This record gives sequence, C-alpha cells and structure tokens, in this order.
Amino acid sequence: MRRPGRWVTLLAFLAVTAAVVIMPAERSGWDWGGVLSFLTAFATTVAIYSLFTLGLNVQWGYAGVFNFGVVAFFMLGAYTAAAFTKEPAAGGFDSYVGGLGPKLSLPLFQSEQWLPFLIGAAMAALMCGVLAYLLSFPALRLREDYLAIATIGIAELMRNVVVAERGLVNSERGLKGIPRPFYQSFVPDDYQYFYFLLALVALALVFLAVERAVRSPWGRVLRALREDETATAACGKDVTSFRRQAFVVGAMIMGFGGAVYAYERGAVSPDTFTHFAGTFIFWAMLIVGGSGNNQGAVLGAYIVWGLWIISLQLLGYPLPEALRTRIFYIRDLLLGVLLVAVLLLRPQGLLPEERRVSIWVERLLRRPPAPERAGARPVADRAPEA
Amino acid sequence: MAVAARAASLAREGWQGLRYRLEALTGAVLWALVVGFLLGTAVSSPENFAIGLVVGSVYALAALGLTLLYGVLRFAHFAHGDLMMLGGYLAYFALTGIVVGARRDTQLPAALDSLPGATSRLGDLTFGYGLVLAALVSCAVLALLCIGLDRAIYRPLRQRRAGIVIFAVASLGVAIAARSLMLLVWGPNPRLYVEGVFPAHRFPFGVQLKSDQVFTLAVAVALAGLVYLLLFRTRLGKAMRAMADNPDLARVSGIATEGVVIRTWALGGALMAVAGVLLALQAQLNPQLGFVVLLPVFAGAILGGIGNPLGALLGALVVAVAQEASVGWELFGRQLDPTYKPGVAFVILIVMLLLRPRGLLGAKT
Repeated sequence: MRRPGRWVTLLAFLAVTAAVVIMPAERSGWDWGGVLSFLTAFATTVAIYSLFTLGLNVQWGYAGVFNFGVVAFFMLGAYTAAAFTKEPAAGGFDSYVGGLGPKLSLPLFQSEQWLPFLIGAAMAALMCGVLAYLLSFPALRLREDYLAIATIGIAELMRNVVVAERGLVNSERGLKGIPRPFYQSFVPDDYQYFYFLLALVALALVFLAVERAVRSPWGRVLRALREDETATAACGKDVTSFRRQAFVVGAMIMGFGGAVYAYERGAVSPDTFTHFAGTFIFWAMLIVGGSGNNQGAVLGAYIVWGLWIISLQLLGYPLPEALRTRIFYIRDLLLGVLLVAVLLLRPQGLLPEERRVSIWVERLLRRPPAPERAGARPVADRAPEA
Repeated sequence: MAVAARAASLAREGWQGLRYRLEALTGAVLWALVVGFLLGTAVSSPENFAIGLVVGSVYALAALGLTLLYGVLRFAHFAHGDLMMLGGYLAYFALTGIVVGARRDTQLPAALDSLPGATSRLGDLTFGYGLVLAALVSCAVLALLCIGLDRAIYRPLRQRRAGIVIFAVASLGVAIAARSLMLLVWGPNPRLYVEGVFPAHRFPFGVQLKSDQVFTLAVAVALAGLVYLLLFRTRLGKAMRAMADNPDLARVSGIATEGVVIRTWALGGALMAVAGVLLALQAQLNPQLGFVVLLPVFAGAILGGIGNPLGALLGALVVAVAQEASVGWELFGRQLDPTYKPGVAFVILIVMLLLRPRGLLGAKT
C-alpha cells in the first residue's frame, strides 16, 4: 500500500487540523467548550459539503461526466426541501409553492418531527434526479466541454427562474424559518451537536452506498467508460445509458446534500448559490482530495473548508486594515492557485484513486492461502501496488 | 418502379441516411430561423437590434478569441470572461494609475492620463487618446500574461497529454484567480473610464446610440477584418487553420506547433483585452461581469460552430440581439422578466446543442 508522497497528505491534514483547533482556542482564551461548539459547526459543514463532493465524484471521478453546474442541483435540492417542509405561505411578501410539511403527521413516534424532513430530502433528491435525467438527453450526447457549458447554463437559468418567478420560491428574499428535525426536543444550544450527528449519519450512509456501488460491476463499467468509451461500447455496454445513470445518481446525492444544507441553515436565498460557492468550491475539494477516491472526496472537503475557515478566523486577529478588508479575495485567489497547483504537481490529488476496486478481489486477497496450494505463490504477493 | 428503387435505396441508407437528411433539413431550418429572427428584430424593434449589434460586437471579439483558442488548443477556455475583464482593468490602471487602497483609492503619481491632452475628448467620444494607448498597453500585457499562463500551466498539461477536462478545470482555476486579483487590486465597486452622462445620437427608425457605441461597432468590424486577413492571407493563419484541422498532420508537415500556440495565445489575449475595454465602455468595469459574459460568448461560439471564426462572429451577434430583444418578448401573456437575459443565451445554447451541435457554419473538430 505504499504510495509516493503520502506524507504530503498527512502533513496537509495535520496542518489544517492544527490550525482549525488552535486558532479558535487561542482566540477564545482556551475556552474548550466554545472550541467544541465551533468545531461541531465546522465538521457539520464539512459533512454536508462532502455529500456534494461524493455526488460529484460519482459523476466526474468515476464516470467522467463533466458537471460544471453543481450549484444547479445544490439550489434545487435546498429549495425543494425548504419549500416542502415550511409552513404554507402567508401571502403578501411571503409567497411560495409547497408548504406541505406541517400537514404530514402519522400516528407514529413524533412523526411531525422527522417525517416531513425525510420526505423533503427524498423530494429534493428526486427533483434533482429528474432534472439530471431530462438534462442528460441533450447534454450527454455531447463532448465533455459542451456538457460543462450546458451545465453552467442550467445553473444560470435556475437562478433566473428563482429570482424572476415571484410566486415560486419567494424571489430574492429567499426562504427563511425552515423548520429543523427534532428541534423542539433539544435546548437550542445543544441542537447543533444533534444535527452534526444527523449529518454524519447521512454522510456515512451515502459514503457506504457509493463505496459499495463503485466496487460493484456497475462501478467498474463507469470507470471503464471513463478511461475508454469506445472499448467499453465494444464490450457491449450502453455507454450513454451508464453515463446517464451516473449523472442522475450523482445529482440525487447532491440534491440530498442540498436538503441537509437547508435544514442546517434554516434559510436559503438565491445570492448564496453562486458559481463560486456552489460549483467551483466542490471542484476544488474533489481535485485537491483526489477524484476517483471517495475518501479523497471527503478529505478534500475537509482540507478546503478548513482553509476557508482559517481565513475567517484570521479576521479575529489584529491585521493591517488593508489586509483585513481583502482577506476573502486573497483566500479566493489562493484557492484558484491551489487548484491549478494540484492539477500540475499532484494531479491524482491527496488520496489517489485505487487501481483495483472490487469487493470480490478484496475478499480474495484477505483470504489466507489455501493449504493445498501452499506451493503456489501467495495471492497477496501477486497483487501489484494497489 | 422508380419509387421502389427509391425506397430500396432509402432502406439501404437506413437510419444513418435518414439522420443525415434530417440534419441537412434542420440546418436549413435553423438558418431560416436565424435570418428570419435577425430581420424580424431589425424591423419590429430597431432600437433593440442596434443595441444588440453593439453588445454583439463585444461578444463577437471575445467569441473570436475563444474559438481560435478552441481550434488550436482544443479546450474550452473558461477563464475567457474573467481575463477579458482583467484586460479592461489593466487599461484602467494604465490610464489612471488607480488601485484601491485601505480606505480610499491610491493613485500612481503618473499614468497615461497625465500625458498632455490625453483626456480631452476625441471628437464626440467620451474618452481621449489616453484610453486608446491604455487599451494597447492592456493588449500587450494580457497577451504576455496569456503566453505566461500557457507556459506555466497549459503546456505542462499538454505535454502530459491531460484530458480536455483537466484543461477546462485548470482554466476555471485561472478564472477564479483572475477575478480575485481584480477584486484585490481594484475593489468590488464598479468603475468607469470616464465619469459623466453623455447624450445619445438619434438615428432613423428611433435608434439611439452613443458615440462610444458606434465606436465599439467600428472597432469590432475593423478587428474582425484584421483577424480574417491574418487567418486567410498569412502563413501564420494558414498554420493556425492547419492545426485546427488536424494537429498531428500539422506537426508532421513541419509546422512549429508550439510557436503557433504562443501566437494564438497572444492574439487571443489581445482580442480579450480589446473586448474587455469595449465591454467596460458599454457597461462598466466590474469584477463580477467576467463570468456573466462567459455564457453568451460560449453560446455564440457554439451557435456559429466552435472553432470557426466566421461562425463565432455570426453566433455572438445572434445571441446578443436575442438577449436585447428578449426584453420586449411576451411569454404566456406577460412580459419576459429582464432577469432572463442570461437565460436566453442558455436556451439558444441548448437548442443548438440538441439540433445541431456542429453549429450553423460547422465546427472544426
């Protein structure tokens, strides 16, 4: 399992972790309770953003589907979940479709506390899946760069729709006061710890599902068609159909991520869904972490969001005014430079893609060599660097 | 008998033959639609058509650079809009020497506008010869910057034979870096080369254009003509077209492909700078504007057939006219919201990609 340059990965991880722990601790005068609360908020965001990088990883990392419009699915997911779970619109300055959440309650255990959210998240994933499915017909026949432009376009158009269609989702004002699952059961200060666990469970489920999927024959077809579309087609695989499946599955994960995001923030508004904060950052996370590796996708989210948070923390220190007012621009500049630097110097990312992904081969490798085949070379030795 | 033979030949051609026939048909229909749309807009709302022509000429210069880069380098250059805006800012800096300071702007002691008479208005235009010089400076700097970016980023990727997607992601990184650089150096507030309100001239059919807009149109036409001469009357142009047709064949024919790449970047950078300055004259200098114009520019290049310079000019014009004219359109019994302006470019893009991905004039791929 030796990989060249693993220490870079470790160093990046440790440096970001140290900065994220020490900076708020030092600023708050070593108040560890405050630090814990800060770190929980940080980790929750990382967990949510990891959902997007995982979705992007299914699309781009495995299937090579070039989605430059992550923000379209982010936005659709967040808005769907928000509009679904909110109370019906009051009218006047507050108008949107949906508002079905409070009507849902079954004679189950506190069903009003979780059922609307579950259905809202499912709706978000479904809507994104439908959008991706519809979009795949014009877009997936095209070369990758055309697809990228088409996805940028759909993101642009969606923001236009949200802002221009006044009655749809409250236009520029956005949706505020989105209810949160099990909010009534906790003291407000403690709720974020609960939500962190919830986000972590969501991430774990998606992570395991994606891992399992890419280690299946389905995942191998995706990887094969990413590497050589013609050869895969020659093997009798319907290339367009597999790419469509990957596109839809990735979009559904992103939609789910949007729902988890909306419940965590409690408010969504169109100006948060920019190309920078909704598409570019996820690409940076995936490329830095290592596309084609799910652990890399999560690690990338951690590192990049860590850098983001560090720049916010720096604002708490006495800095020259000229630097202070521009720290966000410097951060964005460095993110752009970081992305290019990773592409040039370490194109495989911090955690490179594994050569072999198959649960069967892994099981075979774990199995001790059978006694009657003792003379044969052990299976494990046959494995090239994996 | 003839009918049976015809049917038999159609059956032999099968689905593929039918598709070619359909494509020829959609091509003709699309051409008719485009020409009809342009004429219709020109007749029904000449004022929007005129503005569309002006905006379209800015888009056209950008799309021309984009399509040349695409033809020679074969990747979608996502930093085009932001580098274009950077060109506008570089001209601003060369002209005024202003950068944003801690609390208010700081200024270099001398810049082009301290030359004698540099700001006195040229004829009826809003600016003096200082801005023209500044634009030339910006062209040179941006061309050098583009060559530098190619040496530092795109050439190593080329040598590694990275996929087109990696190029595109790298150019996205460049785009973000360029935008942050503009925000860092000149701040988020919009800027203008010349402050003030200037009256528009009246033309027949209710068309109102400012002198600067007429100037923009003239510069775009002149530059498009120059690029045409370069492409079709010089050895460099021949080499560029050869590379766009078939890079491997160009290389074995003895064309110094890396040299052509450098010159293409220089040309693309200079076109970006001019487009950026003209865009700033038409609207304003605003770091956010770079990404906004990217979509219509791409839509224009694809509409005309990406890699095809004439197509880029035509496509950019159609997209801009459609965007401007869309303000007056009625859909489902109500006026189309002006917010949808960028969406119009997207719809054109999708329709084009669906019906005829080669574009109107045919892509060089």
